[in-house]
Amino acid sequence: MSSSSAFNDDKGGSSSVGEPEYGHDPASGGIFSSDYKRHDDLKEMLDSNKDSSKLEAMKRIVAMIARGKNASDLFPAVVKNVACKNIEVKKLVYVYLVRYAEEQQDLALLSISTFQRGLKDPNQLIRASALRVLSSIRVTIIVPIMMLAIKEAASDMSPYVRKTAAHAIPKLYSLDPEQKDQLIEVIEKLLADKTTLVAGSVVMAFEEVCPERIDLIHKNYRKLCNLLIDVEEWGQVVIINMLTRYARTQFLNPNINESLLEEGGGGEKTFYGSEEDEDDEEEEKEKKSEAAALAKRKPYVMDPDHRLLLRNTKPLLQSRNAAVVMAVAQLYFHLAPKAEVGVIAKALVRLLRSHSEVQYVVLQNVATMTIKRRGMFEPYLKSFYIRSTDPTQIKVLKLEVLTNLANETNISTILREFQTYIKSMDKDFVAATIQAIGRCATNIGEVRDTCLNGLVQLLSNRDELVVAESVVVIKKLLQMQPEKHSDIIKHMAKLTDNIQVPMARASILWLIGEYCEHVPKIAPDVLRKMAKSFTNEEDIVKLQIINLAAKLYLTNSKQTKLLTQYVLNLAKYDQNYDIRDRARFIRQLIVPTEKCGALSKYAKKLFLALKPAPVLESPFKDRDHFQLGSLSHLLNAKAGGYQELPDWPEAAPDPSVRNVEVPEWTKCSSREKRKEKKVEKPFYSDSEGESGPTESADSESDSASGSESGSGSEESGSGSESEESEEGSESEEEEEEEEGEEKDQKKKKNKEIKKPVQESESENSSEEEERKNERKRRQRKNDSESESEEEEDESESESSQSESEDSDSEAEVKKKKVKTAQTKPPPKPAKTDNKKGKKEMSLLDLDDFEPAPSPQVTPVNNFLSNSLVTDLEGLSLSDNVLSPATISPSSATKSYELLHRITGEGLSVEYCFSRQPFSPDANMVAVQIEFTNNTTNDTKNLHMEDVKLQSGMRVKEFPEIELLPAGETTTAVMGIDFCDSTQAANFQLCTHSRKFFVSIQPPVGELMRPVFLTENEFKKEQGQLMGMNEITEKLMLDVKCRNEHAIVQRVITAANLSRVPCGSDKECSPPVLPPELPVHRFSGRTVTSSSLVLVTVASKEEGTAQLMVNCEKMVIGTMLVKDILLALTQ
Amino acid sequence: MIHSLFLINASGDIFLEKHWKSVVSRSVCDYFFEAQERATEPENVPPVIPTPHHYLISVLRHRIFFVAVIQSEVPPLFVIEFLHRVVDTFQDYFGVCTEAAIKDNVVVVYELLEEMLDNGFPLATESNILKELIKPPTILRTMVNTITGSTNVGEQLPTGQLSVVPWRRTGVKYTNNEAYFDVVEEIDAIIDKSGSTITAEIQGVIDACVKLTGMPDLTLSFMNPRLLDDVSFHPCVRFKRWEAERILSFIPPDGNFRLLSYHVSSQNLVAIPVYVKHNISFREGSSQGRFDLTLGPKQTMGKAVESVLVSSQLPRGVLNANLSASQGTYTFDPVTKLLSWDVGKINPQKLPSLKGTMSLQAGASKPDENPTINIQFKIQQMAISGLKVNRLDMYGEKYKPFKGIKYMTKAGKFQVRT
Repeated sequence: MSSSSAFNDDKGGSSSVGEPEYGHDPASGGIFSSDYKRHDDLKEMLDSNKDSSKLEAMKRIVAMIARGKNASDLFPAVVKNVACKNIEVKKLVYVYLVRYAEEQQDLALLSISTFQRGLKDPNQLIRASALRVLSSIRVTIIVPIMMLAIKEAASDMSPYVRKTAAHAIPKLYSLDPEQKDQLIEVIEKLLADKTTLVAGSVVMAFEEVCPERIDLIHKNYRKLCNLLIDVEEWGQVVIINMLTRYARTQFLNPNINESLLEEGGGGEKTFYGSEEDEDDEEEEKEKKSEAAALAKRKPYVMDPDHRLLLRNTKPLLQSRNAAVVMAVAQLYFHLAPKAEVGVIAKALVRLLRSHSEVQYVVLQNVATMTIKRRGMFEPYLKSFYIRSTDPTQIKVLKLEVLTNLANETNISTILREFQTYIKSMDKDFVAATIQAIGRCATNIGEVRDTCLNGLVQLLSNRDELVVAESVVVIKKLLQMQPEKHSDIIKHMAKLTDNIQVPMARASILWLIGEYCEHVPKIAPDVLRKMAKSFTNEEDIVKLQIINLAAKLYLTNSKQTKLLTQYVLNLAKYDQNYDIRDRARFIRQLIVPTEKCGALSKYAKKLFLALKPAPVLESPFKDRDHFQLGSLSHLLNAKAGGYQELPDWPEAAPDPSVRNVEVPEWTKCSSREKRKEKKVEKPFYSDSEGESGPTESADSESDSASGSESGSGSEESGSGSESEESEEGSESEEEEEEEEGEEKDQKKKKNKEIKKPVQESESENSSEEEERKNERKRRQRKNDSESESEEEEDESESESSQSESEDSDSEAEVKKKKVKTAQTKPPPKPAKTDNKKGKKEMSLLDLDDFEPAPSPQVTPVNNFLSNSLVTDLEGLSLSDNVLSPATISPSSATKSYELLHRITGEGLSVEYCFSRQPFSPDANMVAVQIEFTNNTTNDTKNLHMEDVKLQSGMRVKEFPEIELLPAGETTTAVMGIDFCDSTQAANFQLCTHSRKFFVSIQPPVGELMRPVFLTENEFKKEQGQLMGMNEITEKLMLDVKCRNEHAIVQRVITAANLSRVPCGSDKECSPPVLPPELPVHRFSGRTVTSSSLVLVTVASKEEGTAQLMVNCEKMVIGTMLVKDILLALTQ
Repeated sequence: MIHSLFLINASGDIFLEKHWKSVVSRSVCDYFFEAQERATEPENVPPVIPTPHHYLISVLRHRIFFVAVIQSEVPPLFVIEFLHRVVDTFQDYFGVCTEAAIKDNVVVVYELLEEMLDNGFPLATESNILKELIKPPTILRTMVNTITGSTNVGEQLPTGQLSVVPWRRTGVKYTNNEAYFDVVEEIDAIIDKSGSTITAEIQGVIDACVKLTGMPDLTLSFMNPRLLDDVSFHPCVRFKRWEAERILSFIPPDGNFRLLSYHVSSQNLVAIPVYVKHNISFREGSSQGRFDLTLGPKQTMGKAVESVLVSSQLPRGVLNANLSASQGTYTFDPVTKLLSWDVGKINPQKLPSLKGTMSLQAGASKPDENPTINIQFKIQQMAISGLKVNRLDMYGEKYKPFKGIKYMTKAGKFQVRT
């Protein structure tokens, strides 16, 4: 093993002295030093057959990739390991492969077959990851393979694989855009998918491949709206953005009518500030009258689908993800009626607490929004106040928002804030503040003078930047009313001596030139000074000097003629061609020569024309033609791949395109649907079949295990195929139903109220009714086979008792029953009655639910699935859903008496086997004990003592109950390891005053836990447990127990087993039996030794049946046969 | 969407790169460096930088720039939010998110990034799922892995990704079942020169540390839920239930997470727990300035104000500060001009003060800017808004968890203008 020894040497080297470059730490700089040597070494490590050295090598290679070092020459050595067993090595090889496959196309092909094999794996996660890597390898030759894989995966039964397929679509598209048409087909198919897992990914694929095919959305629009809240957050962003665009093409502008109203009421001003230009307003009016005309023709009514979108996105404003909040905000901004847009302000302001990058983006968007809808953010004015610790770019954006929000009422507050800002140490920010003041002054006439005075004061500021900025702003302000302010101009003229900032100097010069008539004495002097320093000025200043000279020449040529000529001569030889050109041009224009044409006559008009005052407007004006929140909006430039937000259509397109035919099965009653759902849910959570707390033993579990098998049993071929499809339709059903519910809120509420009542009713209802329900459900499923079979059963004769009662085993079981019954006190009613009463009580109690576990123990999965149901329902159900009242009747749990009220002197104790896994120790059976204090005194310190057990058995005591007040009931859970025997556990139950001897004996059926097997696995296991381990009994079924449901129910009640899903019965019946008759299979494992327990009930004609138990533990097997026999014949 | 990711440290080295689509040359970062140079301060680098062929979107956390390269239109917040999630994940995994930590764990980082993005689109970002896929490195595990050659990639297949409660991993087991909730409120305020409040608001969060076995379903109710004006939830919270009953109902993720962040409605007056008396002045012509600062408690409802830290950026003209603190220690950095005073606990009987003189550059004129004073403090066992948790109930599991609720008030962005 030269390679491995080499590896070991390396390791040794790193830890001792020797070669430091082979450190364990792949990132330690040293290892990158000697190239050739290192690569040889890595190759050797990769070729070794030890996983650990392969892993070490891969880690170092990945570290190289991470640093951007080239590791491509290792490709052949690495790609060999693609089929390595070690998961981490495999993953790292994938990383490598994806990185370098594009460069080494030929070699990359070697790995493809591995992934193709992975695509066929029965495990959905392996299928998904194979597809993921396969589609990430950018090798053009495999495009057809990828296409095939994607198509196949798109119809995979696992939503996770379908999600991966959706992810693969854009990858393939970028590799080969010619596949577009085929890919669109796949997208169309996946868009119809009804799971939340797929929705986000497929819309992303849609946006990348065919955003223009908006017609694909029609049929899925409502579904997407309804699923939205349950989609993962990243998917939400993509879907919302897409739906914004969709809505713009399909619905009418919701603000048509409002603008009409506004016009009528003259309330325009509230939305559009006074700063709006006359022309603009007129234009606006024109538009409105048009719109009004349109509206008059057809009064606006919001499309219910439009409303649906707005309603379903609104809760997402509460998301923790800033991107989601922003997406909803832009949707509202672009789509909602004006009156409703306001809701987004609060959420956006909240985002300002986030990281500065988030603030940056949000503020950009808020700035755009404030221009259009100022009123929305006015209440949050103070949230935009600036802190000295904000980064400058944030400060500037906040200023922008504050400026946009300024109006007559709040301007004084804002200006006071601005005053503080001017004293800031951050000079860039001060400059921005000065500009903001300038904008406020132009926008709001009342404060113009105040602002101007303030700015003039700033001219004496010590900081040159501040002064310069003030000059520039003052220049703009003065342009509005120059005649009033000649003294300011004079003051500014003086500044030319000190100010060095070119822009400011240029501004001053321009001002003086423009208004030289107001300052006739100073202007020539300024020009004189400037001419002196001309050569040292910046270009922009030089241009203004030339300008000033020209203007003075025209107005006051006597004083300035020579100066002007001097300046023009200087400019003639300037380095800058711009300046040379300007000088030449001006000379021709103003200095009259014989050659010059008519133009010079107009020189004065040209230079001294009245110039319109500049409009200081926000840089964010008109940015809203980009979709808000988009990259293009942020950059104010169209980014690649940006989809224009279309204008509202003039007339609404046909809304019926979104109608989806309602399949029949959604019409069935709500309660039944609810049941379906409960059953369905665990599929997602448990499907990969870790043993764990799997299915509960209640009647519905059969269909649940059906779905279970669907996920695991693909290899079983055609037999289970039908099963799968059925499962699929079930889950769809569920989704669809949700949709239906969402659609009709009112109806849903009614249902909600009714539901608990109904559920509890069903619990108490007689078995017949249950069976009826069951049958109804079955009918719906079109499971005609079992249906007819059921009928057959019922028509059969009723002679079941005699045969079974003959057998001694039967009698034995009976005796045992009697024994347990004897411990029961005479005054108590019969057991069954007792049980019913119990149930009812618990139902009533649950109205005011207490945190303590309820006495009626229900398997954990029900709880889970229940709350998940509430999750799916839009999280709207009230408390009682969580209470066990609504949980399907779990007839599996029986309570047994531990201590009677009389013997216990007022303390009565009952126990039952909750069939939940006992969390502290998996080998223990959980026993739920319920204590009721019937005395008038409190009972204290309830605990166990003196546990007497058979060898090997163990007990985990319940925690001591400190206090049990009079009349109260409490429960506790203890665990007992019965060692797979039915020996009783004896112990003393102690209170603060008394001790009672009690014992718990488990029925054999409680010594096992359900496991899931597919039919094939079941048969395989069964084949291994023949002979001694197989016990067969014939029996006559009880009259009431001839249909499938009843049999399953009774077996599961008798023993904690789970049902093995059967595909088509015909195919899978053992050859001994006539093929038409149903076979029920159940599987479990004993709790302590995990020995397999397999139960088969095959019913025959005339109510006879065959029971077969296969179990390694023969004792258990025998006892189980007896118990089940008893259960089925009585 | 996201093409590539570059990690750049404070000195401008690209120390990690990862590509999800075709490889983008790292020279694209030159545009970023240009922008960085222009910005002078690191936090002023624009988060979005357009280049001829790509767009760079970056976030700055822990003095590391995370620069994502994108090629076409994508909501910028989407990328920014994702990058922050990446940093949060690193922090979660390595305790700190420093260059050294990332370099030490470069393989784990790579594996994480591989799982978090598929073709540039976020795939698994929930920490519970990621931890199922890739185990966080611990000292013990690193040692064991080195010796046994085992891996930190999860052996089991991550079923959590398929779950309808994707934020919670399956098969959680604890011997001690505990659920702790920290209600932390931060006061953001700007106090005027004269001591009047210009703006003050309370932002709060409820951070949870839930270690419960199985699939517990929790509900948390408040005594006064109307206080909460604007809330944002962890995805586990059932929104409709909150809308209808103002109760938080959720199946929690395993471990630490932020359940809720909220804003207390601005109608409520915010009690400002400290006041500052200050006199910071510079005399014209002299090279001396006076500095006088006294802190005192107010409206603290009898609770002590602790861990008080005062910091202020003094004007550039200040050469040195010669001060004496009645309590705690102060430091002045003559290069950055940052004055910070670690006060500790405020004793209402003996108010802490910091007095003395500042020396200015000789001959320099008096600075015309006023420093602002930033204050940090903590008040234990109190939520300043008065928010109170009423009760926490658990459904769906049988054991009795240990429950704990802690309140704390902190200063958020608390500034006093002078």
